[in-house]
Amino acid sequence: MKSHTQAGKKGPDVRSDCWIGLEIADSGGISVDLQSKVASLYGESIRKLIEQELQFFHIEHAKVAIEDSGALPYTIAARLEAAIKRAMPETLTEFLLPVEDGIRTQTERERFRRSRLYLPGNDPKLAINAGIHNPDGVILDLEDSVSPDEKDAARILVRNALRAVDFYGAERMVRINQLPLGLADLEAVVPQAPNVILIPKVESAAQIYDVQRKIDEVKYNAGVSWDIYLMPIIESAMGAMKALEIAQASPEIVALAIGLEDYTADIGAERTLEGKESLWMRGAVLNAARAAGIQPIDTVFSDVGDEDGLRASVEEAKSLGFEGKGCIHPRQIRVVHEAFAPGEAQLEKAKRIVMAFQEAQAQGSAVVSLGSKMIDPPVVKRALHTIALAERAGLLNDNWMEEADNG
Amino acid sequence: MAEYTTNAAGREVLTEINGEAAVPYKGVGKHRPEGNKAPRPIRTNADYPDSGDKRLPDLKTALKEAGLRDGMTISTHHHFRNGDLVANQIFDAAAELGVKDLRWFPSASFPCHAPLIEHLDSGVIHHIEGSMNGPLGDYASQGKMRGLGVLRSHGGRYQAIQDGEVHIDIAVIAAPTSDPFGNCNGVNGPSVCGGLGFALADSEYAEKVIVVTDNLVPFPCVPWQIQGNNVDYVVEMDKIGEPAKIVSGTTNITKSPDRLLIAELTAEFVRAAGILKEGFSFQAGAGGTALAFAIFLKEMMKESSIRARFVRGGSTRYLVEMLEEGLTDYILDGQTFDLDGVRSMRDNPRHIHTNPFVSYNYHNKGNIASMIDAVVLGATEVDVNFNANVVTHSDGRLLHGIGGWQNCLFSKCTILPIPSFRDRIPVIVDEVTTLCGPGELIDVIVTERGIAINPLRQDLIDATKGSGLPIKTIHELKAEVDRICGGPPAKPRFEDTPIAAIKWVDGTVIDVVKQLATP
Repeated sequence: MKSHTQAGKKGPDVRSDCWIGLEIADSGGISVDLQSKVASLYGESIRKLIEQELQFFHIEHAKVAIEDSGALPYTIAARLEAAIKRAMPETLTEFLLPVEDGIRTQTERERFRRSRLYLPGNDPKLAINAGIHNPDGVILDLEDSVSPDEKDAARILVRNALRAVDFYGAERMVRINQLPLGLADLEAVVPQAPNVILIPKVESAAQIYDVQRKIDEVKYNAGVSWDIYLMPIIESAMGAMKALEIAQASPEIVALAIGLEDYTADIGAERTLEGKESLWMRGAVLNAARAAGIQPIDTVFSDVGDEDGLRASVEEAKSLGFEGKGCIHPRQIRVVHEAFAPGEAQLEKAKRIVMAFQEAQAQGSAVVSLGSKMIDPPVVKRALHTIALAERAGLLNDNWMEEADNG
Repeated sequence: MAEYTTNAAGREVLTEINGEAAVPYKGVGKHRPEGNKAPRPIRTNADYPDSGDKRLPDLKTALKEAGLRDGMTISTHHHFRNGDLVANQIFDAAAELGVKDLRWFPSASFPCHAPLIEHLDSGVIHHIEGSMNGPLGDYASQGKMRGLGVLRSHGGRYQAIQDGEVHIDIAVIAAPTSDPFGNCNGVNGPSVCGGLGFALADSEYAEKVIVVTDNLVPFPCVPWQIQGNNVDYVVEMDKIGEPAKIVSGTTNITKSPDRLLIAELTAEFVRAAGILKEGFSFQAGAGGTALAFAIFLKEMMKESSIRARFVRGGSTRYLVEMLEEGLTDYILDGQTFDLDGVRSMRDNPRHIHTNPFVSYNYHNKGNIASMIDAVVLGATEVDVNFNANVVTHSDGRLLHGIGGWQNCLFSKCTILPIPSFRDRIPVIVDEVTTLCGPGELIDVIVTERGIAINPLRQDLIDATKGSGLPIKTIHELKAEVDRICGGPPAKPRFEDTPIAAIKWVDGTVIDVVKQLATP
């Protein structure tokens, strides 16, 4: 057992986080030295939380120093737990605060995944307000945004965030680490009902089998039954070659995503704005996803200041057949949604098809026709999708059909 | 022992402030004082040089000539904001002259005035009456100031001088350009600040007026924002301000995605409520969120080809762009926040220099504040009755001034775009720590988690119904904030000792700030 450990962050630029220094002793009871900008508002409640958590971990004698920069309770609890587990690595129990009401929204396979906002897993500041920007999904990232020596702390924080933070209906995704480290991430996060697990740098169906087996095992042990979908990320030459077998490796896979930083390095090319070097790979992944009946999702656009560039990039992705784009800044979300929204002509056509379809259904006819043209079922499905997309983008309201009828 | 009474807002307020009787707040528009404004002594030109040259060698000499003595009231303006180099020198000189117990009556103080704590400690300054930003507010909060701080709005300050509540013995007006006669302005010179409107009342009503400049020009100094006919002495100095801290080269909109969202929602609200129409008017300050609001609004105006009749500054480059692009006929400007604002005020006849008399003073025959269609303001706290606080933080510390905030509440639609909490500090609370603005004047709260409309404004509720905007009740917003922050916050603990009084625009006392309890 280490007698001195610490976790979290402090300093003038830190916000919504805290630093905790822990010194476990043999005698002397518990002492808490709290420095906090919210001491007069929540000092008592912070002390109570610390004492409750120490008691939970059967620690009777310890000095706890806290430098708090406005951390919410779930963050304080996570930082203390990280410090405790760094002192006592054999501890397996988890200190879990109650799950906030209404935050565990369910999702569906077919749901829109136009935008997914990356949130560094070890930085609570960005997660708290992520949902208000209305992304289709938020990704609590345990992989690239977390340094190797903070993986343990990030895992606890992400686990707690899944119980505490309201993402206002955004799909709750977690990007785990590459295997085998990612399997340990699953033990922490799967019992907290994430909607989608993102698996980085997938190169074979076997990796998906490992992940799926682990998820099933954790779900079984925890006695939970919710759906947890998978989104493998293809980021290498080998991954691109195996895209189809990966896409088909589990029925829980809902989308294939792309990561281009690693891919371009892997094939020995420079990443350019034009993206000629990755065009084949994007096409290959897209095609595999479509062949497997799942969503193809494009990479991120990393220049957060370039709104026009982002719009062009999304329009290009859309023209290739992609259905989603990664976001690294909340201000990108609206642009992505606007760019994925159907154009006017596309929408008008879809409306006519859907109305013809409704009419055929009302008449009990299996044949949908528009004027003299027969409409095939996949086209109807596509049109329904376009209408849903337009509704989601705020271009249509729920009763557009009545409005259309009324002329 | 201080005597308290309960005012119309239900707050316990003092009946006496620094030895003078005080009127408790009676409600909006309820206090109707009678009588005459403060008298001003008759002067004669025989006492002033025919040459028009009123120069004296230095500030100390001028203060001596002005008859500086114990217990006097010294006023300054805050157009130099955190770049002011003059106020500290006044009290350094007073200390050298052995003068004690002065009342400093600035239009606002800033962190650059922290060195005055020494003069408060030593007894040169007795107390400060004026907005206290930062270290001086903190000093007062700890109960270290001998007298009671009095916080007034910009309009309230004019009112207090005009109504004779505050008599200024010596006004020191730092002026970026002056002539030897004392005509001066803020639009020229190395220390430009735009206007000098906050010093207008001081120049009119003070017993003695000293103009201090680092850019003396031969008569006439034009425009004469302050008239030399009100000035007693002119002092030249090497440097009266730090230009970079007076006006920023550029004012920046916020980069915070959450604040941008709030600003965008605010602009969308203004449009949905039908306020955004040809010939409308608005006021937004220089805070990052307010600037972002102005930019979103500007885009909407362009989209719909709507032109404003006037916008109220604090002017910034963003308002200047609106003026230059023909999106507004006029800027009415009380203070200028960046160099584009200064340039425009100097060169563009449609960029009008205003002062608290025309914009804000409540004891007038009407003023501009109530004619504005929408105003966007900040707050440190708002409570479930829409009462708001701008001077203390939720922990009870006095850290900000009122500025023009109270005066602006009279706009036709007062909107506070504010985060629902800052880190873990709830902004929407049960009851504000300090009452600065009564809820009946605050119409809309726009937060990142939704918009709350004051139930008194059924017209706004109706107008925005079906707009798709995230409209909630203030109680819903508060419940959400409490859930996120881990329950309602504890109330700050205070000693019994009052440290500052908050005046309403009509000079009545709306609330009192008390000394923080020692932890």
